[in-house]
Amino acid sequence: MKLKKKIPLIDQHDKYGFWGGKFGGSFIPETLKKPIDDLTIEFQKLRKSKSFIKKRDFYFRNYIGAPTRFIKLNRLSKHLGGAQIWAKVVSDANGGAHKIYNATVHALICKTLGKKYIIGDTGAGYAGKMLSMAAKKFGLKCKIFMGAKDIKRQKPNCDAMKKNGAEIIPVTTGSQTLVDAVSECMRYWVSNCDTTHMCVGSTVGPNIFVKICGWSTSQISRELKGQLLSEFKKIPKKIKLINCVGGGSSAYGFWSEFIDFPKNQIELIGVEAGGPKNSKLHAAPLSRGARLGILHGAASYVCQNTEGQINETESISAGLDYPGVSPLHCFLKDTKRATYTFATDEDALRAYKLVTKFEKLNPSLEPSHAFAEAIKIAPKLGKDNIIIVNSCGDAKKDRDILKERLSKK
Amino acid sequence: MISPISLAFRKANINNRPALLTYTVAGDNNKKKCLEILKEISNYVDICEIGFPHNTPIADGGQIQTSAYRAIKNGIKISDVFDIVKKYKKFNNSKPVILMGYYNMIYQYNESKFIKKCKKVGVNGLIVVDLPWPENKKFASKCKKNSISFIQLLSPTTSAERLKKIIKDSHDMIYYISMLSTTGGKLKVSPREILYNYKKIKKMNPKKKCVIGFGITEKNISKLKSSDGLVVGSQISKEISRSLSNRQNPVTNVSKLVKKLKNKIL
Repeated sequence: MKLKKKIPLIDQHDKYGFWGGKFGGSFIPETLKKPIDDLTIEFQKLRKSKSFIKKRDFYFRNYIGAPTRFIKLNRLSKHLGGAQIWAKVVSDANGGAHKIYNATVHALICKTLGKKYIIGDTGAGYAGKMLSMAAKKFGLKCKIFMGAKDIKRQKPNCDAMKKNGAEIIPVTTGSQTLVDAVSECMRYWVSNCDTTHMCVGSTVGPNIFVKICGWSTSQISRELKGQLLSEFKKIPKKIKLINCVGGGSSAYGFWSEFIDFPKNQIELIGVEAGGPKNSKLHAAPLSRGARLGILHGAASYVCQNTEGQINETESISAGLDYPGVSPLHCFLKDTKRATYTFATDEDALRAYKLVTKFEKLNPSLEPSHAFAEAIKIAPKLGKDNIIIVNSCGDAKKDRDILKERLSKK
Repeated sequence: MISPISLAFRKANINNRPALLTYTVAGDNNKKKCLEILKEISNYVDICEIGFPHNTPIADGGQIQTSAYRAIKNGIKISDVFDIVKKYKKFNNSKPVILMGYYNMIYQYNESKFIKKCKKVGVNGLIVVDLPWPENKKFASKCKKNSISFIQLLSPTTSAERLKKIIKDSHDMIYYISMLSTTGGKLKVSPREILYNYKKIKKMNPKKKCVIGFGITEKNISKLKSSDGLVVGSQISKEISRSLSNRQNPVTNVSKLVKKLKNKIL
């Protein structure tokens, strides 16, 4: 298994859609074969179309607000006394998280396909909120599938979805979180694929959805590359790009431009959700040794039992609370280009407290997992090391959880 | 040699009726009752489809999900599913068995080991919901080598060109999904339209037996009886759920329902 240079990772799959010969693919019911083939052909066309790229860039700039800031966290760096810590403040994007890139692109594709309805899944509620925003912007009717447990814990985002005119479909099966929301969304699509376009909220699902999402979020690293050059004149010698990984859409977007760089120059570190400190449950298939399995139409490392039943997961962060992970990250793991670790709920909360104490930054619980790793390793590194954390979401949505968890202590 | 599945169609055909296929989730509501249901309904059905309960079934509607969760909650494992089939096949009035499931379970069990086990316990056919053509070609040929029929699925969205290729690669039976839906959805297209599509498939190769499934209940089954076979699943799951909540015996209730279904297609 080997990575190819000069070819975007999203395109390094075989004819059946597998990365590294075994990750990804399209394990779908026959009914979805045609809509997925249609979407694949359409996306191939659109990617090459200058007018579509122009349209994308126009909305990324004027609607999403590109580029998002790249800032040095001076006080945090000084406090930790080691590597320089920087943040790519992707939460500056319209709506407050990276999910807006994928949502905007899907809305544009939906329009091109001539479909009037768009559906999507959501965990933390950001994918749903952004899809509802994009749907409103482009005049599409929108339904969002969300686990009942997540509806409760991410209320601010649900309010935003409703305000944008989207219908939230509560999913009450299974663990009532993201995994069930994705299943239910796919079921709805099976039944309505003639009139409706589906947006998968991360770089997961059948091959084409991984590609569309990765293509959309890679905006993050395109911006960062330019920002690094203008800040340092050239790409620095020792960089660590740290990103949280649930499905893995923000991490892929944050890394895509840097995968071809040597590992000792630009290190890629993914941080998964380790769950509560004393719990056996987690949402960290890459860093805690899950086996390869098939979930939601793709082969990836999946938290599952020996029988192939999908395990329940647990994390304070709804956006990372997912038993599977992008096939792109499985590929990056097995080729050893990226390394993956995890942070517990408690680690993330501590990181959140520290970051907000020193900096004018309000990272949501998802990037707080990435900050936890940065905080852990920064003191051990010299000042010439540059750690960049993707602060991919804003903590407004976590208001209730943070209030509950931080006031106790 | 004619396969047991083909033989079942031939028997139905001689009596001038479609074959009746039932789908039940293995271990619903428990191992013992499930086996009793299979034995009871064997008085009326021609082929039994038995489903592996899975906890993230992306193509199943509410009724079958409920059945699957119930079975899993009662501790049903893959080995129990094989055990149920093995015991059922020893019963003297048993019918051909088609196992149905999602690919992850087969993958975790190991493809070759799975097929060997199927052969050993007497499984006659396999349906893998999320392993479409052409990805399923290798698996399908492994099945064939072990005298197990791999059943290809066709849907209203399958293009004519694709239909032709899938039918060519299919074994003795194919399964036409009546409409764009998960299992157990309300039949939203007319039986006439379903039969129109069905005939298109039959025309491509009249020898392949084609069954119709999804959304079929005692209310509409008679309108589709000109087909080779009809599958009823969700209504049975629903009947088990109903029986349990009314504290009635699901075995007798399901048996009554299947008898009714059979009478509608005679």
